[in-house]
Amino acid sequence: MNTESNALPDSPLGSPAIAPAAMSVPRPFYWSVRRELWENRSIYVAPLAVAAVVLLGSAISLVGVPRSVRGAAALDLAMQSTMLAHPYAHIGMLLVATGILVGIFYCLDALHGERRDRSILFWKSLPVSDLTTVLSKAIIPFVILPLIIFVTTVVLQLIMLLMSSAVLLATGAGVTTLWARLPLFQMQLVLLYGLIVLALWHAPIYAWLLLVSGWARRAVFLWAVLPLVAIGVFEWIAFHTSYFGSLMHDRVGGFAAHAFALRQPGSAPVDPHFIPLALIAPGKFLRTPGLWLGLAVAAIFLALAVRLRHYREPI
Amino acid sequence: MTVIEARGLRKVFGKTVAVDGVNLHVEEGRILGLIGPNGAGKSTALNAILGLTQYQGELKVLGRDPWIERDELMRDVCFIADVAVLPRWMRVTQALDYVAGVHPRFDRAKAEGFLVKTAIESGSKIRELSKGMVTQLHLALVMAIDARLLVLDEPTLGLDILYRKQFYDSLLNDFFDRSRTIVVTTHQVEEVQHVLTDLMFINRGRIVLDCSMEEFESRYVEAMVHPEQLAAARVLKPIHERQVFGRSILLFERVDRQQLAGLGEIRTPSIADVFVAVMGNMMGNPSNQAQGAVR
Repeated sequence: MNTESNALPDSPLGSPAIAPAAMSVPRPFYWSVRRELWENRSIYVAPLAVAAVVLLGSAISLVGVPRSVRGAAALDLAMQSTMLAHPYAHIGMLLVATGILVGIFYCLDALHGERRDRSILFWKSLPVSDLTTVLSKAIIPFVILPLIIFVTTVVLQLIMLLMSSAVLLATGAGVTTLWARLPLFQMQLVLLYGLIVLALWHAPIYAWLLLVSGWARRAVFLWAVLPLVAIGVFEWIAFHTSYFGSLMHDRVGGFAAHAFALRQPGSAPVDPHFIPLALIAPGKFLRTPGLWLGLAVAAIFLALAVRLRHYREPI
Repeated sequence: MTVIEARGLRKVFGKTVAVDGVNLHVEEGRILGLIGPNGAGKSTALNAILGLTQYQGELKVLGRDPWIERDELMRDVCFIADVAVLPRWMRVTQALDYVAGVHPRFDRAKAEGFLVKTAIESGSKIRELSKGMVTQLHLALVMAIDARLLVLDEPTLGLDILYRKQFYDSLLNDFFDRSRTIVVTTHQVEEVQHVLTDLMFINRGRIVLDCSMEEFESRYVEAMVHPEQLAAARVLKPIHERQVFGRSILLFERVDRQQLAGLGEIRTPSIADVFVAVMGNMMGNPSNQAQGAVR
């Protein structure tokens, strides 16, 4: 009942029966997201630029491929995979890092820029609610960026694989070792899982940045970071503890420990370059209280950002 | 049908009272000019009407509470602000796409029709347009919306005279009809005098004059008085006196035109002259002010 009434007015597809011939059914959410992509081209330009640089670098390093494949062939099977996975994993890590950076800077500006350039008066003169606006901005780091990073990485890895194969064939080294031992498909599945996990785990960070960007009059980055540092320092001086600091540390970098079964008792530590599909632990991740706590905090931050935008005027 | 109904509208910023108990009643089909000095509270009042700022008192725009129902209200209300608020990074086509995408009552073909008549190229970014062109673009977007209320806050500020003239011409010819309502604030009072149907002076957050233009024309009369008849004219208590080329121009409020006819040439004053008189009288002692202007 509730979901039905919510879904109707903003339904992105609209019902052809309702739509009059001349005017289309308004799709505020869809167009607001497109608006974000028009304004912030770095969302896709930055990953593509990094991809281009990587591609150029890889093209030059191709000369070394036959040697490294020959080197890998001498190792045992598990090590072969890890060894061959290295360059492909580096691409993934680089692009994920790019995505995080772009997401951070996007969020810092998202609700600040429109007040700085006074365009908020234009946006508010249109029948688009504050909720739609804030959600259309939040979806960028939550969904759009991870998707762009995933597609870019997969395409880039495939191009690399084709280039390496071409070189191997041309030099007569043969592609069997590479194709048989490189766990590319598995890596891409793990990457997809990792991106989803990362977006969920980092959701409160992005929501916090959005909130601060809607609140601060200037120096958004400082307002976003310094209060957190201050709390940590205060706790350490006053109580000689660092619970807040470790909480932040876990929030920023702790997702892997929660989402993968990395530390099997009695086994060697896993090389982060190639995490086998068998080690993903969605059940464990979903049972992590920190995940749900983080999502609840993110929801609160977003609700506050919506509320705040109602009151905001140009600065 | 009442478009705007405000009772005791009030807005306080810290210790400053920007709008101080304003009552407003605007009917459909009117063009109301809200005239006042800088800082009089015009923009604050408009922001309240547009749901951009919180307020005390009662306010209904098209039957809705603008603060609570801004997004629904904006289907029927359009708005151009004093400063260019169109985002500078946007392309003209993107602006058309976006408004068409989110506004249920936007007629894209109509907007394109307006743009064809200007020098604006659809591929341009808004940052590349002159200030006049940005206003033309904004006006084209707004006029293509089938809105019931259009709010203009200093829409022609900083535009040259050609654009200003064009602005009001197209507003009257292509947008306004008897089912629509326009509220405009401006400093260029002369340009809107023939456009308005209603006039409101606002000073220090209070309304100091509220009348229709017909009323304005019958209420105020200006006489160019010969020096020898000046004393006789002053008996009728002009609200303002000024001198132009050695002749005195006296402004009267609610004085019989027949009485004035013998004293010199009479005519309807400009809004600007009445504005200066009313505001001047408010600033100091009214009677001294009128005398002071003579010396």
